[in-house]
Amino acid sequence: MEYIFIIAGVLLIVLTIAAGLIWVERRLLALWQDRYGPNRVGPFGLFQVLADMIKIFFKEDWIPPFADKAVFVIAPGILMISILLTFAIIPFTDSFFVLDSNIGLLFFLGNSSLGVYSIVLGGWASNNKYSLLGSIRASAQMLTYEVFMGLSLMGVVMMSDSFNLREIVEAQRGMWFVFPQFIGFVVFLIAGVAETHRTPFDIPEAEGELVAGYHSEYSGMKFGMFFVGEYLGVTLISTLIVTLFFGGWLGPSFLPPAFWFFFKTAFFICFFVLLRASLPRPRYDQLMDFGWKILLPLVLLNILVTGAIILYLQ
Amino acid sequence: MSIDTALYSDLKNNFTEGAIISTQSTADGTETIWVNKDFIVDILNYLKNRLTQPYQSLYDLTAIDERRRNNRQGQPDSDFTIVYHLTSFEYNKDLRIKTPLLGEYPSVPSITGVWELANWYEREVFDLFGINFIGHPNLRRILLPKSWKGHPLRKDYPARATELDPYVLTDQMREIEDNDLKFNPAEYGLKTKAEDTDFMFLNIGPQHPGTHGLLRLVLQLDGEDIVDIIPDIGFHHRGAEKMGERQSWHSYIPYTDRIDYLGGVINNLAYVLSVEKLAGIEVPDRVKFIRVMMCELFRIASHLVWLGTYAQDLGQMSPVFFAFNDREKIFDIVSAVTGGRMHPSWFRIGGVAHDLPNGWEKMVQDFVNYFPKRLKEFEKTIIQNRIFKARTIGIGAYTTQEAIEWGITGAGLRATGYNFDYRKKRPYSGYENFEFDIPLGKNGDCFDRSLVRMGEMRQSLRIVEQCVKNMPAGLYKSEHPLTTPPLKEHTMQDIETLITHFLGVTWGPVIPAGEAIVPIEAAKGSNGYYLISDGSTSAYRSRIRTPSFPHMQMLPLISRGYTIPDLLSILGALDFVLADLDR
Repeated sequence: MEYIFIIAGVLLIVLTIAAGLIWVERRLLALWQDRYGPNRVGPFGLFQVLADMIKIFFKEDWIPPFADKAVFVIAPGILMISILLTFAIIPFTDSFFVLDSNIGLLFFLGNSSLGVYSIVLGGWASNNKYSLLGSIRASAQMLTYEVFMGLSLMGVVMMSDSFNLREIVEAQRGMWFVFPQFIGFVVFLIAGVAETHRTPFDIPEAEGELVAGYHSEYSGMKFGMFFVGEYLGVTLISTLIVTLFFGGWLGPSFLPPAFWFFFKTAFFICFFVLLRASLPRPRYDQLMDFGWKILLPLVLLNILVTGAIILYLQ
Repeated sequence: MSIDTALYSDLKNNFTEGAIISTQSTADGTETIWVNKDFIVDILNYLKNRLTQPYQSLYDLTAIDERRRNNRQGQPDSDFTIVYHLTSFEYNKDLRIKTPLLGEYPSVPSITGVWELANWYEREVFDLFGINFIGHPNLRRILLPKSWKGHPLRKDYPARATELDPYVLTDQMREIEDNDLKFNPAEYGLKTKAEDTDFMFLNIGPQHPGTHGLLRLVLQLDGEDIVDIIPDIGFHHRGAEKMGERQSWHSYIPYTDRIDYLGGVINNLAYVLSVEKLAGIEVPDRVKFIRVMMCELFRIASHLVWLGTYAQDLGQMSPVFFAFNDREKIFDIVSAVTGGRMHPSWFRIGGVAHDLPNGWEKMVQDFVNYFPKRLKEFEKTIIQNRIFKARTIGIGAYTTQEAIEWGITGAGLRATGYNFDYRKKRPYSGYENFEFDIPLGKNGDCFDRSLVRMGEMRQSLRIVEQCVKNMPAGLYKSEHPLTTPPLKEHTMQDIETLITHFLGVTWGPVIPAGEAIVPIEAAKGSNGYYLISDGSTSAYRSRIRTPSFPHMQMLPLISRGYTIPDLLSILGALDFVLADLDR
C-alpha cells in the first residue's frame, strides 16, 4: 500500500515540476531577454500553466489523414512512459524512492534508449518530410550521444563500485564525484542536453529549418506530451546530474535532505534554461563530429585514467 | 538631338550601319544609346567583354510601354522600349542601352547568354509587359501567378480595382490556382532521381519561420544535401511600380517606404533624389544633413533587425530581443523627429516634412553614447561565438567576380573585399562631407557579410555623430517652386506663389519631362528609382531597382552542395526583405 502512495507522490511531484517548468522557463528566458514573460494570470503569472493546460486539453486533437494512425498515437506515449519510468530509480532522499534497484543506472540507460523510438516513430508516422528529416537527425544524434552518456558514467560506477543510485550517493559522503570525475560530468551534461534535444542541440526540431521537426504534425494533448516530455527530460537529467555528481540529497544538516536535492536540481534546471537563452545551434554534422572526434576519446581516456588510479590505490 | 560621345562613335565604328540608332540626353546625365534589337546581344557582349573600360554589371533591365507617352521628341519610334542599365564599378560609370520595339506583343533576343542575371529580369518584363524574349531558357511568369490574365504594366491595363469587375474566387479558380502551385520538377528541368539515389523535393515556404516572409523555395535534396533550389517569388507583389503611374509625384512617397520596409526613409531618399534630379532642385545643406542622419539611423535599425533575426536563424534565441530593444531606441528618435516609426514617409520633394524638433540633439547624442557598448556586446556574444563562426565561416562564399556578374551590391559585394559604396564613390545628399570608412570583408562568406554589417553600424554611428556636431542652420526645404508642399512664407502675399502652392497641393507638382535614376546605397544594397516623366503630375513609369531581387536570384548558385541548416545561414546573410524582392 505504501508503495502506491510513494509512486503517486513521485508522479505528482515530477509532473507538477515539469508543468511548472514551462512557467519557470518562460519567466527566466524573459528575464534574460529584457522582457516580462507571462505575468498576467494569477500571482506572477503562475496560473499561466493552468490556463495552458486547459487550452491544450481542449484543443482539437487532429490526426492527419495521411499519417500512420496507430503509430502516430503511440509515439508520444512511449516518450512519456520511458521518462516517467526512469524516475522510479531516483533516490530523492535516503528514504524516499520508488525502487532501490542494483541495476538502477542501467535501467536509466535502457529507458533513454527506448525514448529514441518515440521520436523516430513519431516522425516516421507523421508522413511529412520535415518530420522525417527531424526524426532522422534525432535518431542519429541520440544514438551517438547514448554512447558517450553510458561511457561517461562508468567512472562514477568504478569509483562507487555500484550501479545502485542510492549507493552511489552514499559513496559521495567524502567528496562529490564532480571533482574526481569532472570530465565524466562535462560529457554527461553535454550528452544530457543532446538527449533531451534542447538548445543548442535541438537539431531534430530546429524551428528555423524544420518548422518543428519530428512533431510538426502533432497537436492537442499529443503535442502536449512531447512538450511536457521535454521538461520531464530536463528534470530527469538534472536529478541524475545531482545524484551522480553532486551528492544527491547530501548537504549540511541544518536543512532537510529533500531541500538539498531540490535545490541542486533547480540549479541545473536553470542552467539548462540559461543554455537555451545563450547559445546558437550547431549544424548536425558538426554535432556528430564533436561527439565522435572529441567526446569519445575524452571519455575513453577518462575511463582508462580512473581505472588506472583505482588499481594503483588498491 | 544626338550627342556624339567617344563610346557612341566607337560603337558606330564597330557595328554595321543601322545597329546603333542614336543617343539621348537624360536628366541624370547617364549616357544613353539607342540600338537595334537585332544586334542587342552582340552589342552588350561587346560592352561587357571587349571594351577597354568594360561595363561588367547589369544593374537593371526593364521595359517602358511608350504608347501613350508625350514629350519623347528626338527618340526613335517605339511601342515598347527595353532598357538595359549597365554599370562599371571599376570605372564608376553607368550606361543605358535602349532598344525600341514595335508592335502589340513584340519580341526581343534574350541576353541570358551574356548575363545569366538577366534571367529573372527578362521573366519579370515578360510577366508585366508581355514582351517575348527569344532564346530565354525558362520564360514564365515570375511575380504573378500562372493563371493571371494580362500584363499589368501595359498602359491599357487598369491601375485601379474599381476599373475591373468585382473579384470572385470560384471553386474552379481555386482548383486551378492550387494546381499551379504544385511543383513539377520537369518544368524546371530537374531530375527526380540520379544513378543511386532518389531526390526529395522539399517545399520551404511560402509560410516558414526561416524565410522571413512570403517566400517559397523548392529544394531538391539528396539526404540533407542541397542539389538545387528553385525560388518561387511574387507572393508579396503589390504592384508598387504600377501605383507610381497613378499617384502624384508627391503622394507616391508613402509607397516607397514600404518597398524595403526595414529601410524606412532610405527608400524615400532614393525616390526624392530621382525626382529632384528631374526637377532640377538643389536642396539646402541642412536638408542634406537631416536626410543623411535619418538614413544612417535607419541603416542601423535595419542592420539590427538583420542581426537579431540572423542569430535566431542560427538557433540563438536571445539576440533578437536585444536587437529589437535597441531598434526601439532608434524608433524613439524617429518618432520624435517624424511622428512615424517604421514608415515615416518623411522626406519631401525638395526637403523634409518639418524641421527637427527641439531637443533632438540630446536624444541622438544619447543614442550615440549608448550604442557602441551594445555593439561590443553583440560582437562578443553573437559574432565571436564559436558555434556562430562554425555555422558561417566558409558557408555560401562567392568571389568578387561572381558578385559583380550576379548584380550583388551592398554588404554582399563588400564582403568579397571589393570596395564599392555609392556613398563614397558617387556621393549623393552630401555624403562627401562626412568622414567614415567602408568596412570590407575578404572571403565573401556568410561570416564576412556579418562582419561588414557590424562594421557598417559603427560607421553609421560615426556619421550620425558628425550630423549632431555639424548640423548646419538653414531651411528644411528648398525654395525651388517645385518643392512639395512648398514653403508657405509668401503664399499669403502674392498671387503667383499662392497659385503655385494651390496647384502643387491639389494636383501635385508637374515635373519636367525627362528620365533619371540616382542609385543610392540602401541598407540591403543598391536601390534606385528609374523615373520617367512625360511632363505630367505623375510618373509615366517608375521602375524600382531593388537589391533583394538579384541577391535572391543568386541563392541557388551559392547554396548548391550545402545542407538545409546552411541554407538558413545563407538566406539570413543575404539580408533580403520580401517586399523589396517582390515590390
